[in-house]
Amino acid sequence: MNKIEVRGLSKSYKERRKKRRSPGDCGYRHGCPVLQDLDFRIEEGSFTCFIGPSGCGKSTLFRIMAGFEKPTTGEVLVDGVPISGPSTRHIFVFQEDGLFPWMTAMENVALGAGRFSDPVEREREIRDFLDMVGLKGFENHYPHELSGGMRRRAEVARALIANPEILLMDEPFGALDFITRLQMREEMVNVHQMFDSTILFITHDIDEALQLGDRIIMLSGRPSSVKADIPLPFPHPRDLAIGEMASLRKEIYFHIGIHAAL
Amino acid sequence: MALKGLHLHPLISFGLAILAWEAAIRCLDVPAYRFPGPLAVAEAMKELALSGRLFASITASLFRVTWGFYLATCAAIPLGLVMGIYGPARAFLNPLVQFLRPISPLAWIPVALMWLGIGDRSAIFLIFLSSFFPLLVFTMSAVLSIKVTYIRVGLNFGVTGLKRYTKILLPAILPDIITGLRITLGTAWLVIVAAEMIAVKSGIGYLIIDGRNSMRMDYVVAGMIVIGIIGLALDWTISRLEMLPSVRWVRKRR
Repeated sequence: MNKIEVRGLSKSYKERRKKRRSPGDCGYRHGCPVLQDLDFRIEEGSFTCFIGPSGCGKSTLFRIMAGFEKPTTGEVLVDGVPISGPSTRHIFVFQEDGLFPWMTAMENVALGAGRFSDPVEREREIRDFLDMVGLKGFENHYPHELSGGMRRRAEVARALIANPEILLMDEPFGALDFITRLQMREEMVNVHQMFDSTILFITHDIDEALQLGDRIIMLSGRPSSVKADIPLPFPHPRDLAIGEMASLRKEIYFHIGIHAAL
Repeated sequence: MALKGLHLHPLISFGLAILAWEAAIRCLDVPAYRFPGPLAVAEAMKELALSGRLFASITASLFRVTWGFYLATCAAIPLGLVMGIYGPARAFLNPLVQFLRPISPLAWIPVALMWLGIGDRSAIFLIFLSSFFPLLVFTMSAVLSIKVTYIRVGLNFGVTGLKRYTKILLPAILPDIITGLRITLGTAWLVIVAAEMIAVKSGIGYLIIDGRNSMRMDYVVAGMIVIGIIGLALDWTISRLEMLPSVRWVRKRR
């Protein structure tokens, strides 16, 4: 069943400059188109990865789907109803630090725990979620006292405890070191298996997309449209070096004009 | 370098400065009525302390600074919040604020004397002016520089109503406000001395101008040193606020 339906979605930013900066300056006179006529559907409970050249509008697309911004034309339907604004039903996990630095890990996660009205139950749930992401013993630490990986985990815990129908993750592990990123990837596979949320995930890392997704949507450069839609019907754990995964990986690299072997 | 919690660096630099002062007075053979040496100033300080005049001057100055600064804080922070949050208020008031801000509080001295007469009220008014505009601008720009991510997180998790202010806005600007208070209090302390030289007949500023009039340069220098010490103490007190756990994140961020 379809959870999200994106229909004829376009977004352009308004003209901002009266003077031309360069011959092709897109902020000059006319609006600057970022997304052009996007159409796709996302199945309920699926894990979809979005890849595309940087600056192509992936984050803009996510901000629209989260309800932070309005599209210029077209619409985004969730369960057949247009998105009207931000809501705990669709939680955004930010590219940079989205934790409130003035709150402890526990207070941050508590932000997502509004659905528990009983304080005892709420505290138990918060502790459970922190425990689940490996932050037991760090409940009262402030974000700046945690490592980069722990901060990302706390943010994921804050998102998951809200039990969102949709989880929008904008390159959540981009700033982490390689090893930590691999660990977070593994944990995302578990999250996808344990929770019913429909997950949308932006990444620049093709291997990450191949390892995590049920599907990859590849966007073209700006103004961006769907360039390729690749289903990934493979079970976990996945080994990218062999079989169909390996050939698919080569194909994607070829798509973006890079030879995987280099 | 710390010895049993005592930091040696400042002791050494202060010690060297005092030695250099004494050496300069002796080598250049400066007479005490032109500029006293450290020993003469220490003697004057003792005299002032024993007569009770030192303590009375300090309390008089601190009283005025405290009231002026307190009133400015109470007025500037709420107004700064309104101007930061509400665009039309900013559009109306900001030009006026930016026009009034560069007028030195000292230029207001004649006006203050005319309206409020010689006494505490004039001095407090001048301190108020010196603190109000900087604090207002600090608060407003703190609100305007809140990261958009924090606002979006708040919207996303349905933080609404009063909680938007208590859980997001105020904690987000608190570090900037504390920095603003710290800088502003320093300015207020600068201004009080000047104000007291003209607008009142007590306080450390008056101690200094009175020392000059009676040719007591040792009192003048003693007053200057007291100003420095109290300024240091005020700054240290406010800087403690920056160590609060919910504020310390800013230092780490940089």
